[in-house]
Amino acid sequence: MISMECPSMNQELFKQGAEARIYKSSIFNKPCIVKERFLKCYRHPTLHKKLSDKRMIQEARSLVRCHTIGVRTPLVYHTDLDTHKLYLELLPHPLLNDLISSLEAREQQSADITDTIRDVGRQIALMHDNDVIHGDLTTLNILVDIKSGDSYFIDFGLSSVSSLSEDKAVDLYVLERAITSSHPKMSQLFTDILTSYAQYSSKTAKTLNKLKEVRQRGRKRIMIG
Amino acid sequence: MSIAIGFEGSANKLGIGIIRDGVILSNLRCTYITPPGHGFQPKFTAIHHRSEIIDLLQRSLKTAGVDPKDISCVCYTKGPGMGAPLVSVAVVARTLSQLWGKPLVGVNHCIAHIEMGRHVTGASDPTVLYVSGGNTQVIAYSNRKYRIFGETIDIAVGNCLDRFARVIKLSNDPSPGYNIEQLAKQGNRYLELPYSVKGMDVAFSGITSHIESVAVKAMESGEYTKADLCFSLQETIFAMLVEVTERAMAHTGSQEVLIVGGVGCNERLQDMMRQMCNERGAKLCATDERYCIDNGAMIAHTGLEMFKCGVTTELKDSWCTQRYRTDEVDILWRD
Ligand SMILES: Nc1ncnc2c1ncn2[C@@H]1O[C@H](COP(=O)(O)OP(=O)(O)O)[C@@H](O)[C@H]1O
Ligand SMILES: [Mg+2]
Repeated sequence: MISMECPSMNQELFKQGAEARIYKSSIFNKPCIVKERFLKCYRHPTLHKKLSDKRMIQEARSLVRCHTIGVRTPLVYHTDLDTHKLYLELLPHPLLNDLISSLEAREQQSADITDTIRDVGRQIALMHDNDVIHGDLTTLNILVDIKSGDSYFIDFGLSSVSSLSEDKAVDLYVLERAITSSHPKMSQLFTDILTSYAQYSSKTAKTLNKLKEVRQRGRKRIMIG
Repeated sequence: MSIAIGFEGSANKLGIGIIRDGVILSNLRCTYITPPGHGFQPKFTAIHHRSEIIDLLQRSLKTAGVDPKDISCVCYTKGPGMGAPLVSVAVVARTLSQLWGKPLVGVNHCIAHIEMGRHVTGASDPTVLYVSGGNTQVIAYSNRKYRIFGETIDIAVGNCLDRFARVIKLSNDPSPGYNIEQLAKQGNRYLELPYSVKGMDVAFSGITSHIESVAVKAMESGEYTKADLCFSLQETIFAMLVEVTERAMAHTGSQEVLIVGGVGCNERLQDMMRQMCNERGAKLCATDERYCIDNGAMIAHTGLEMFKCGVTTELKDSWCTQRYRTDEVDILWRD
């Protein structure tokens, strides 16, 4: 992993993510975002370093890998492992989550984002065909270019490389749960994503079968008070 | 004015609580404690509950100063939980309902923890971490249901702690988790353990088997003390729980965290959660052992909320169920 001296930059807090803080900045005269895995006081320092190192490296690797295979992701401009900062291309697009919420609020059907939903299914299939497991597929980690309807994938900190259909199925299951718990009225969207996922390539059939198994396991989980 | 009596016995705690419109009149508990190295078996737990319940009932009525004729409904835990203990308590609730001529209300144990937590802390719309011997879930309310954002994909966090306590032969009195917490305060050498977070889900069985295999060796060689291992286990599993709670907060957008369930009274877990909340400008709502640990008042409180919305359980439907998911219940009393 390359680590150069931190380029001078002025930062403004842009988003507080699920794990990291995102700042807007610029690098090489281009606007960028800086994803910082800041020190979490609650976490033991040894554990914190282990997790932050691993996730940042994994995120950078998977972003590059996705870019190579043609999954839409932000470009990686620079990495700084000492400060746990990733410098990424700024994608000036809204979150899929916010688009769904606004549809939900207007009690509209998903017609507006049909193309996007199809694209999401295709992109995930493309990732999986290349053995990239995202690890945190949620609607907060997908950005949508409204004009073109194209979807972009971010947040690969929990990603891994695996050819197992089990891992791919769990990836889909995470997305299903995120959609049904955050947008209970819009669960049809996940079905639409799966339809497009299935159409993408013949390899996806195995994963979809496995998904049924993974779901069953979830429901059968014993719960004792 | 409405008064409810609640019966809880889904695990090794037998509890009876009496509530008048949110005011707790009594909340007594009696715990089945096994010797070090042993867990509680359903059969013997049920025997414990059966032998204690009548005495506990009499003391509860006396403490609350309530006459059965003033009670509006008899509430009991329908599930989830261990079959035999659940049934041993439901039988009593059913009988009293017949005897006193009062309607019966079957309550979901997990929902009761959440509602009691909200009631005691005043949290309005929190992201909830529910952690106990049998459950580990991250939950938030929307659209008439408590939705599960994340959960354990294998064993519950309390189960992980209990098993570890058995391996190192800690006392089960008052609870294995409490003794791990106390011992951990003297530990400081951190042993790295597997850390397993998938999206908003967690897994503990890998940690359990890992620490079980290294624990004995590490202690024998003197490299790590019992206290160090308790410390390392807590630091690792609580970090996982705080992390998935934080991940769920990004989805819910909520600025309150409520911790409920037996493991929730662990002060180290509360401290860690509070620090995470501070970093996000959020607020932690936690309760002490009176309400975190299984109790009858939470069943009475939630049953009364249901009763006020017109929910009662007919005698023929008054069975128990070991599996009863949090997101199955319609939450009629919230907007
Ligand atoms: N390259 C990017 N361009 C624009 N916005 C981004 C970009 N990366 C992240 N964001 C925004 O920041 C939020 C958090 O980033 P993310 O990588 O998901 O961090 P976390 O792991 O903390 O969730 C995202 O939900 C998104 O709104
Ligand atoms: Mg994210």
